[in-house]
Amino acid sequence: MDFKSSELVDADTVVGPRVEDTLPSSATAAVKIVIVGGFGVGKTTLVGSVSEIRPLTTEETMTQAGVGVDDVAGVERKTATTVAMDFGRISINDELVLYLFGTPGQQRFWFLWNGLFRGALGAVVLVDTRRLEVSFDVIGRLEERDVPFVVAMNTFPDAPSYPIDELRTALDLPAHVPIVDCDARKRASSRDVLMTLMRYLHSLAVTPEPS
Amino acid sequence: MSESDQKSDAQEWDEGDPERLYVITRGRSGSTEKAAIDLVTLVVSRSGPMPGMQPEHAAILRLCQSPLSVAEISAYLHLPVSVVTVLVADLLAGERVEARALVPPAQLPDAALIEAVMHGLQKL
Ligand SMILES: Nc1nc2c(ncn2[C@@H]2O[C@H](COP(=O)(O)OP(=O)(O)OP(=O)(O)O)[C@@H](O)[C@H]2O)c(=O)[nH]1
Ligand SMILES: [Mg+2]
Repeated sequence: MDFKSSELVDADTVVGPRVEDTLPSSATAAVKIVIVGGFGVGKTTLVGSVSEIRPLTTEETMTQAGVGVDDVAGVERKTATTVAMDFGRISINDELVLYLFGTPGQQRFWFLWNGLFRGALGAVVLVDTRRLEVSFDVIGRLEERDVPFVVAMNTFPDAPSYPIDELRTALDLPAHVPIVDCDARKRASSRDVLMTLMRYLHSLAVTPEPS
Repeated sequence: MSESDQKSDAQEWDEGDPERLYVITRGRSGSTEKAAIDLVTLVVSRSGPMPGMQPEHAAILRLCQSPLSVAEISAYLHLPVSVVTVLVADLLAGERVEARALVPPAQLPDAALIEAVMHGLQKL
C-alpha cells in the first residue's frame, strides 16, 4: 500500500453496504456495547451471531517504539502493527441502532479507537476459563473507567467449567455483577448475554450502583 | 471516562501512522466538529459529491446516501477511524453531511433508552 498517495480511496472501486444492509433514513440515534475478551475467546463469534450485517472490520495502525531502544546505533526503531476490531449492528427500531464492538482485552488496544468506551451503554467481558488472568486485568480497567459490565463464560469443550459462585470468587466480583454461561455460536445464547447486560443497566438506572 | 482514555499509554502507542494520517488529512489536526464525532455517529449526506472534491470526501458522500456510522465508513473505505473522523469533520464544517446521534452526555443511560434496546433484542 502506498501511503504517500493522497488518493487512498478510488471512488469507483469502493464497495458500500448491500441494499439490504442500509439503514432507513429514519435512523437517528445509535448506541454501542463493547465485547471485551482475550484472544480467541469468541468475541467475533458473539458479534456475528447476533448482528444483522456480516461483521465488519475497522483497522488502526499501531506504531510501537522499538524494543531494542539502546541497540548499537542508538536509533529508536518503530514497528507498525495493524490492529483490527470487528463489529456488528442490530436495528432496535426505526430510529435506534445498536452497535457491538469486539475488542481485545489489552488496554493498549483500546486507545487505538479513541473513545471506544466513551458513551458506551456497557460492556460484556467474555471469559476464557483456561486463561482467567486475562480477565483480571480487563475487569480492573473497566472498573477504573466506571464502565458497567457483565461477565459471560464461554462453554468451550476443553475448558474447565466453574460453578458461577467459584468464578465470582476467582474473579473477585461483587455480588451485583451478573455472571452468565454462554455459547457465542448460538444467536439465542448471545442475545441472552446482551439481555442480561441490559437488565443490569436497567437496575443501575433505577437504583444507583451499590458502592 | 473520556479523561482516562487519554492516559499514559497514549504516549507509548500512537494512534495510527502519523505520516499516513497527515497525507490524507493534509495536515489538518482538529476542530470542534472532530471532538463530537464518535464511532457510532451516524453520517448522512446532504448532497452528492462535487467535481474536484478530494476522492475520500466524495466516497463518503456516496456511501452516506442512507445513514452510516463512522465505524462502517471506516470498514467500507478501509481507512482508520482516526482518518475518517477528520474527513467527516471536514464535511460537517462544509455542511455537506449531517451527523446524528452524538454521544449521550449522561454517565448512566436512562431507563427508557435501555427498555427500548431490550424490546429490540427480544425481537431477535
Ligand atoms: N465451543 C465453543 N466454541 C466457540 C464459542 N465461541 C467461539 N467459539 C470458537 O472459538 C474460535 C474463536 O472464536 P472467535 O470468535 O474468532 O474469537 P475472537 O475472540 O474473536 O478471537 P480474536 O479476534 O482472534 O481474538 C472459533 O473457532 C469459534 O467457533 C463458544 O461459545 N463455544
Ligand atoms: Mg475476533
